[in-house]
Amino acid sequence: MPDGAVPVLDVRDLKTVFLTRSGEVHAVNSVSFDLSPGELLGVVGESGSGKSVTMMSLIGLLPSPPAQVRGGSAIFDGADLLKIPEKQLRRIRGPRIGFVFQDPMTSLNPVFDVGFQIMEPLRKHMGMNKTQARRRAQELLELVGIPDAGRRLNDFPHQFSGGMRQRVMIAIALACDPDVLIADEPTTALDVTIQAQILDLMKRLRDQLGMAVIWITHDLGVIAGIADRVIVMYGGQVVEQAPVKELFGNPQHPYTRALLETVPSVTGDRAPRLRVIEGQPPILSATPAACSFRARCGHAFGRCYVENPQRMPAGSGHDVACFWDPATGEPRDV
Amino acid sequence: MFTYTLRRLILAIPTLLFISLIIFLLLDLAPGDPTAQMPLTIPPEVKAKIRESLGLGEPIHVRYLLWLKQFVVAEPLYMVDHYLGTNFADGMQRVISWQTRSPVGDIIVQRMPQTLWVVGMSYVVGIAIALPIGILSAYRQYSVFDQVGTFVTMIGYSVPPFFSGVLVIVIFSVQLGWFPSIYDTTHEVTDWQSFLYQLRQMIMPVMVLALQTTAQISRFMRASMLDNLGQDYARTARAKGMSEATVVLVHVLRNSMIPVVTVIALGVPLIFGGAIITEQIFKVNGLGQLLITAIYANDIPMVQTITFIFAVLIVLFNLIADVLYGVLDPRIRYD
Ligand SMILES: Nc1ncnc2c1ncn2[C@@H]1O[C@H](COP(=O)(O)OP(=O)(O)OP(=O)(O)O)[C@@H](O)[C@H]1O
Ligand SMILES: [Mg+2]
Repeated sequence: MPDGAVPVLDVRDLKTVFLTRSGEVHAVNSVSFDLSPGELLGVVGESGSGKSVTMMSLIGLLPSPPAQVRGGSAIFDGADLLKIPEKQLRRIRGPRIGFVFQDPMTSLNPVFDVGFQIMEPLRKHMGMNKTQARRRAQELLELVGIPDAGRRLNDFPHQFSGGMRQRVMIAIALACDPDVLIADEPTTALDVTIQAQILDLMKRLRDQLGMAVIWITHDLGVIAGIADRVIVMYGGQVVEQAPVKELFGNPQHPYTRALLETVPSVTGDRAPRLRVIEGQPPILSATPAACSFRARCGHAFGRCYVENPQRMPAGSGHDVACFWDPATGEPRDV
Repeated sequence: MFTYTLRRLILAIPTLLFISLIIFLLLDLAPGDPTAQMPLTIPPEVKAKIRESLGLGEPIHVRYLLWLKQFVVAEPLYMVDHYLGTNFADGMQRVISWQTRSPVGDIIVQRMPQTLWVVGMSYVVGIAIALPIGILSAYRQYSVFDQVGTFVTMIGYSVPPFFSGVLVIVIFSVQLGWFPSIYDTTHEVTDWQSFLYQLRQMIMPVMVLALQTTAQISRFMRASMLDNLGQDYARTARAKGMSEATVVLVHVLRNSMIPVVTVIALGVPLIFGGAIITEQIFKVNGLGQLLITAIYANDIPMVQTITFIFAVLIVLFNLIADVLYGVLDPRIRYD
C-alpha cells in the first residue's frame, strides 16, 4: 500500500453493542482500520472476537434490536455509512460493497433460481433490463468458473454443490462491480480442496477486477497466502495490525504469537506439539477497562489489569495494543 | 409432476372405495327404518312393499353395490344429461332420498350454492385477513400490533362458532337490529338494494366462520414468517441492497407461503364440516343443514352421499396440498 493513498474505506472507533436479556454485550469496542483501493486486508481472530459483527455493523446488516451501533464512523466515498439514511445505504450495500457469507448452503434463497438471484441487484442498481441482466449474469457465472453457465442460470441452489454455491454467492457479490468485497469466512464451510479452489478464484478475481477485499478467517495459513495486510482481533478490538510479512516475521502481541504457534508448520521442522491457546475468549458486558487478553496471557503484569492498552506504533505500518514488548521481554515505556 | 398427480388420483380410487364401504357399513348398523315415520294407517303389507321398493330386503353387499352404481355411474350421467341435454342416463335408477323421494343429487345441487357462498366466502375472507396480519405481526414481533393480534387470535381459537354465532346474533340482530338473524335463501339479487340485503345477511355467518380461519391461518403465517425472517438468505437479500419490501414480500414471503398454502388447502374440507354448526345457527339451508336434517329423519341414502362427498373433498384437497407443495418448493421433486 503506497502511503498517503486515499483509503476506500476508513473506519474509526466503531462500537457495537447487543442489548440482550441478560444485559449488554460489547461485541465491538472502538475498532479502527482502513482499506486502500485494490488491497487485500486479512482479518483474523478466534470465534467470538467480533469479526463478523464489525463488518456487518459497517453496512447496517445487523438486526436492530438487539444490535446497536453506538459510535464511530465509517467513511466510504465521502459518506459516513453509519449516519446516512437507509435508502442511501442500500445504494452502497450490494452494488458498491459486496458481501460473501460463511455458509453457502443457507445463504441463497432456495425457492428462486440462481439466475433470478444474480439478476436482482443488476436490475435494481444497474437499471438493466431482463435480457441485459441475463447476459451479465451468465458472464458472472463464467467469471467465477461455473461450467455451462447459460443453462445453470435456470437451476436452483439445491442443484449446486457447496463450492459451486459459494461461487454463485461470489458472483452475486461481484454483480455490480463493487469497490470493496467483504468475504466473511467464505471457505470455512467447504472441504479443503474446494477451499483451495475458492482461494485461487478470489486471488484471480482480485487481480482481474482490482477491487479491495476484506477477508475474514480463522486460518492464518490462508491469510499468509493472499493478504497484503492483516488485522488481528480479540475481544472486539483490533490488537495488532501489520503488513502480512511483518506480522508473520515479527509478531508483537502475545495473542498473535500464540495464534501463530497454533498454525501447523508446513516446512517440515514440526513443532513438537500443536499449541492451543488456553482459556476462553471474553464476553464483555461493558467497555473493557483493562486488557481483555490478560487472563490468558503469559506476560500480563500490573498495568494490564488496570488499563486497556491502545494501539501504539511498533515498526513501519505496524501497530499493536499491548504493554509488553517481546523484543526486550519487558514492559514498553509508553 | 403430471405423472405424480395421475398416480395419486388413481391411488385415491381404492381409498375412496374403502371409505364409502365403511360409511355404508356404519350407517347400516344404525337402528331405524324409513317407514317408521309413516302414518299408522298404512297397512303393514304396504309398508313391506315400500321397503322392498327401496331395496331394503336385499343383502348388504347387493345394496352397497347398488348404491355405488347409482352414485358413480347414474348420478354423473344425469349431471351430464342435465347440462348437455343428452340422454345417456336413459332412466337409470338414481340415489333416492328416503325422506323426500326425490334424487339426492338434485337436492345437493340445490343446497350447494348456499354453502359455497357462506362457507366459501368466509374462508376467502378469513385468509385475506389472516395473511397480512400474520406477515405484519411476524415482521413487527412483540409490537403492540403483534400483541393485539395474538390476543384476538387466541379468542378466535378458543371460542367455538356455536357460541360466537349466538353472541353476534344477540348483539347485532336482537339488540342493534343491524343484520337479519335468519339467512333468507330464497332471496335473489336483482338490483343494488337486494345486493345490499344479501351482503347484510351474509356478514354475520361469514364473520363467525372467518374468525376461526383467521385465527388459525394468521398464527401459522406468523410462525412461518418468523422461521424465515432470520434465515441467511434474507440477510443475503439485504446485503444485495434490496429494499425491505422486496426482502420481506418477495424473498421471505415466498418461502413462508409453502407450508401456509398447504394448510389452507387442507383446511378447505374441514370448513365444510364447521359449516354444519354455523348453518344451523344462522338457518342457512346449505349442505350442513341438509346433513343434520337427513340424520334426524333417518334418510340413509342422503347421509351416505353427503358424508361420502366430504370424504372425497378431504382426499382431493390432500392431493391438491401435496401437488401445490411440489409446485411451490423447487426442492421437492415427485417424479
Ligand atoms: N445476536 C447477538 N446477540 C448477542 N450477542 C451477539 C449477537 N451476535 C453476536 N454477538 C456477540 O458478538 C461477539 C462477536 O461475534 P462475531 O460473530 O462477530 O464473532 P466472529 O469473530 O465473527 O466469530 P466467528 O469466527 O465464530 O464467526 C460474540 O462473542 C457474541 O457474544
Ligand atoms: Mg463470524
